[in-house]
Amino acid sequence: MSVLLGRDTRVLVQGMGREGSFHASRMKEYGTKIVAGTKPGSGGSSLDGIPLFDTVEKAVAATEANASIIFVPAPGAMDAMLEAIDAELDLVVCITEGIPVRDMLTVASVLERSATTLIGPNCPGAITPGECKLGIMPAENFSPGPVGFVSRSGTLTYEIADALSRAGLGQTTCLGIGGDPVIGLPTPEAVRLLNEDPATEVIVIVGEIGGSAEEHAAEYMRAFGKKPAVAFIAGRSAPAGKRMGHAGAIVSGNQGTAESKVKAFEAAGIPVANAPSEIPSLVKKALRG
Amino acid sequence: MKLHEYQAKQLLARAAIPVPDGRIATTPEEAEAAARAIGGAVVVKAQVHAGGRGKAGGIKVAKTPNEARAAASAILHMQIKGLRVRKVYVERGASIAKELYLGITLDRDRRRPVVMLSTVGGMDIEEVAATTPERIARGWPDPVLGLLPFQARALCFDAGVPAEQRNAVADAAQRLYGVYAQTDAMLIEINPLFIQTDGTVLAGDAKLDIDDNALYRQPELRDWKEVSPDEETEERARALGFSYVQLDGEVGIIGNGAGLVMSTLDAVKIAGGRAANFLDVGGGAKESVVKAALEIVLANKRVKSVLINIFGGITRGDEVAKGILSVIAQHPPAVPLVIRLAGTEAEAGRTLLEGAPLVSRATMDEAAKEAVRLAK
Repeated sequence: MSVLLGRDTRVLVQGMGREGSFHASRMKEYGTKIVAGTKPGSGGSSLDGIPLFDTVEKAVAATEANASIIFVPAPGAMDAMLEAIDAELDLVVCITEGIPVRDMLTVASVLERSATTLIGPNCPGAITPGECKLGIMPAENFSPGPVGFVSRSGTLTYEIADALSRAGLGQTTCLGIGGDPVIGLPTPEAVRLLNEDPATEVIVIVGEIGGSAEEHAAEYMRAFGKKPAVAFIAGRSAPAGKRMGHAGAIVSGNQGTAESKVKAFEAAGIPVANAPSEIPSLVKKALRG
Repeated sequence: MKLHEYQAKQLLARAAIPVPDGRIATTPEEAEAAARAIGGAVVVKAQVHAGGRGKAGGIKVAKTPNEARAAASAILHMQIKGLRVRKVYVERGASIAKELYLGITLDRDRRRPVVMLSTVGGMDIEEVAATTPERIARGWPDPVLGLLPFQARALCFDAGVPAEQRNAVADAAQRLYGVYAQTDAMLIEINPLFIQTDGTVLAGDAKLDIDDNALYRQPELRDWKEVSPDEETEERARALGFSYVQLDGEVGIIGNGAGLVMSTLDAVKIAGGRAANFLDVGGGAKESVVKAALEIVLANKRVKSVLINIFGGITRGDEVAKGILSVIAQHPPAVPLVIRLAGTEAEAGRTLLEGAPLVSRATMDEAAKEAVRLAK
């Protein structure tokens, strides 16, 4: 069992350029059903055995793709997301980084009126280990098991997934939701999905400074949590007012501080790791009840 | 990217939001000439990317051109929050009846822009929001539709704007929303928005912060960018394709991925040290990028040790090792280097680094402890 993606996910790759085609091959090697690619003007041809189409609509009509992953560069990424939402795909993952906030506000507004789930942008994507990889993460760090995992960071996700896997703690689904201030699947919504997933026995929530998504996720778990959770917040030592790499990781005034997030999790009975290395032992403790 | 008041006002004026007549000056003589050209009383205002200019003495009223000259010579080259004033804006004085606040920023939770209007103008809006939030009226326009007339009117009713000024303020709010959208602003603010004794509105001050990710499609604004000396390193790093933030500790930090680098900073703090910087080389960094990153960190005189923490995904451990080795070959660093390599090609990287003058550790926590110990 898993959330959002699994064996039946039929994937369309939007933007079969250098990066898109490289990762399409890696995902295919993992066992992901890559059924189509789009590259305007190349419809009718194929690349590495993947049939190419001019538009998402044509690709969906021909292949029954129900998910897409976007590698289109930032200036065209909003258009690619809107095209995928228009084609009524169930799941869209946008890897692209550097997308203007105004474009994401437009996408969010259209997304609200659709049934599509958007992961990202500026994210490593999602993986249901052993079944489907819809992202750019190194697959060897992930393994199947009972831990549901949501993270705003990329590399830190690999680090923590690797630590969990080494400790024998595999994952149901890992959702790398992205570090931008406006994203398709915010932390609370990702936590809700994992909370509702019967196969997920414990949830690992990796957040960072900026915004108040972690606080809302903690409130949600306090009210509706069906299973234990463990949290980690990156950026506890960061100064206010500075953008720490991610556009979303900025503390302004009293908003978005690590203290506020840690307090919210603790109030919800969710232990917060001081370092990523503490997460596996906290997860084991949570599983023992 | 922050704009100066005079630049922001230029954009407001283009959108037909009334602004006072003003001139920019870089010397007291220019300020005097500007005051003479404007005529009557003027206000001389420091142009720096910092709030609290008034409290710092960076804003002075001058009744005559001579006074404007004296005011400019007092303000030019003063430091406001660590930033040196290199320009003043000389502006016609206004006859003020009332001061409002009008601003637009991003509401992350609602994933919408939020327009804020308050009759408590001239104050620090964060303070108003914290102490008397009911004094700020808020509206959340759909970004696809923009700020509609009924929403702008509703804001005026909610904020308690007097009936005689309602149309003028609602009109200013809609025009300001237009500037917000057209300039890819993260924050746009008119504080205070003057209601003059004749009933017309006038932008007293203007703040505009542009989304860095949108600069590619804002060529005019990109050309307006001014980099202060203490931001030069951050700017140079950005040009090289990685993000760098100067901090004030003694352990230099290099890593890949914003979350991992933030965690590395935290690990240094837990180990009892303080980070000298945040540096994320990004995904898939090649030898040359790693080399440039290490050089930037080593150029900081406060750095007593350097901690390199790489968890390879698309970044390869061997590329990282090569970058470090080429720096060591050219000019051996005067401070100790501590490295933690994991993930893609980490083994190959460690093999390359065997015998090099640096310390290798298996985990982030151990590497942080060692870097802090060596910095002492």
